[in-house]
Amino acid sequence: MTELHRKYRGWVPVIVILAILCIIPFHMRAYHVEIAIIYFMSVILAASYRLVTTTGDWGFAHIIMQGVGAYATALLAKHAGIPFIVMVPLAGFVTALVGAIIMVPMLRTKGFAFFIASFAFGEFIRMLWMKVKHPFGGTGGITGIPSPELFGLKLASSVNYYFASMAVMVIAVFIIWRLDRSRIGNAWKAIHTDDSLAECMGINVARYRTLAFVIGSFFAGTAGALLAYRMGSVDPHNFEITQMIYLVIWVVIGGAATFWGPLIGVTLLTVAFEWSRSMLEWRPMLFGGLLILSLIFMPGGIESLLPGLRRPPGEHYARFRKWLTTVKPG
Amino acid sequence: MALLEIRNLSKNFGGLAAVSDLDLDVEQGEIRGIIGPNGAGKTTLFNVISGAYRPSGGTISFEGKSIAGKRPSTIAAMGAVRTFQRTALFEDFDVLGNVSVARHLHAKETVFGAIMGTAWKMEAANKKRAEEIVDFIGLGEVKHELAVNLSHGHQRALNVAMAVATEPRLLMLDEPVAGMNPGEKAFMTEVIRKLRNEWNITVILVEHDMRTVMGVCESVTVINFGRKLAEGTPDEIVSNEDVIEAYLGSEEILGEDF
Repeated sequence: MTELHRKYRGWVPVIVILAILCIIPFHMRAYHVEIAIIYFMSVILAASYRLVTTTGDWGFAHIIMQGVGAYATALLAKHAGIPFIVMVPLAGFVTALVGAIIMVPMLRTKGFAFFIASFAFGEFIRMLWMKVKHPFGGTGGITGIPSPELFGLKLASSVNYYFASMAVMVIAVFIIWRLDRSRIGNAWKAIHTDDSLAECMGINVARYRTLAFVIGSFFAGTAGALLAYRMGSVDPHNFEITQMIYLVIWVVIGGAATFWGPLIGVTLLTVAFEWSRSMLEWRPMLFGGLLILSLIFMPGGIESLLPGLRRPPGEHYARFRKWLTTVKPG
Repeated sequence: MALLEIRNLSKNFGGLAAVSDLDLDVEQGEIRGIIGPNGAGKTTLFNVISGAYRPSGGTISFEGKSIAGKRPSTIAAMGAVRTFQRTALFEDFDVLGNVSVARHLHAKETVFGAIMGTAWKMEAANKKRAEEIVDFIGLGEVKHELAVNLSHGHQRALNVAMAVATEPRLLMLDEPVAGMNPGEKAFMTEVIRKLRNEWNITVILVEHDMRTVMGVCESVTVINFGRKLAEGTPDEIVSNEDVIEAYLGSEEILGEDF
């Protein structure tokens, strides 16, 4: 096997999955295409939420940040006529800005206090949506978001929207993956392990925690834009605490130690979610039970059952070392 | 001008004066020992100098610039770095990974660079330097081990390696040989000496192990109840009446070593 083969071997499953994702919408019922679109948003949410948690900041406002992106999309697409391709990143930037603002006071907290503070700020924002009629529309939300177009293609079509949201998902996951592997990603994990040591080693903890929260919020905001466009409306009830709990369940059951855990979690649990559609009222109990069982029997999440995936955070450095030193032709 | 100049420094916790009205000058190239009974304020002094605590009063200047009240990461960037009395490591990283994280100040990675993947190429110089430091501190054989799996002696050495990796001009070591066996102690003493002689790093050493302090330090400051009690060469310190009365006379300091 050549060095080139070895270097790119890891990409094979990724390309296979992408190829499958490109084929299946043509062979699925429209209903399942809609589920897949929601799934892509969930993937963005799970990956970006896990990014925020790598600093140890288990916040409880990620779904609210998605809502910020959705509301930004509803207002700007409806009133300013901003096109889809601009609006998705713009929703990200608006959300990142809101994230940066609420992170200023939240920086004073960590651990459980951070969890509570982020929950409080999230509820504050959600109450703003519910109570303020102009411009947020109160409990009814905002309706009449124009149907998006991309390069002349009407995204009202399920399959077209499937590909548009898949493109956003692929870009988001790629960027988050790169950051996770980078020195910046290692600085985040270092802060999680020991923030005072990280600070003494020259890592500005406040700046890096803010960076993680802002980048995580950015991608939550893009997921919000995707949701708002697909629904044609936003509703404050879409961003209730139940959604946040599901997000935590995806990440915890998948496993938060590696990049891949939350993606596995969101995939399997989306399937489980659809299977359980016939027993709607049992669903919270079902997922609560799954969470408890997972915490008891596999605290590392599903990923811990797949040893090949489980690498220590510093492993990127070891791989980098190999990459520099291995020159074995043939 | 001394490398580190501390004037009238005080730090109060409520009514307790952990450090009061302390003056300290550390010259470039010194290995300075700071000793004192438990609770004398040695670690508090480190915490104030390194920025973990804001001083209640007084000034701290490093290379002529005031560092009092700055963030620890800013002070580390200015060239003064400390280690912890506890064993503080990034446990999930291997030895090189730990040292690599501590090279943070010397890596110019941006978010954009991380996304584009250009960062790995810039890491080559950092990697070379990290390997050099790891070998220098005597961790070459365990450099791919996870930090959590190292022996206590190796973990303490890794703490020093990480501090050195920030390229400080002033290194503040908080009980670097605590819990080490005699062989490890001797090795660490040699490392401290080499850091000063070969890499030109000024060292302040807080340590309870008197053999190490007296063996490696050219001058020693004794602190008691947050105040400076005495200062001088190791020989002067062991024969100083005040010091003996306050502290040396007890078996805690001399023990069987002297």
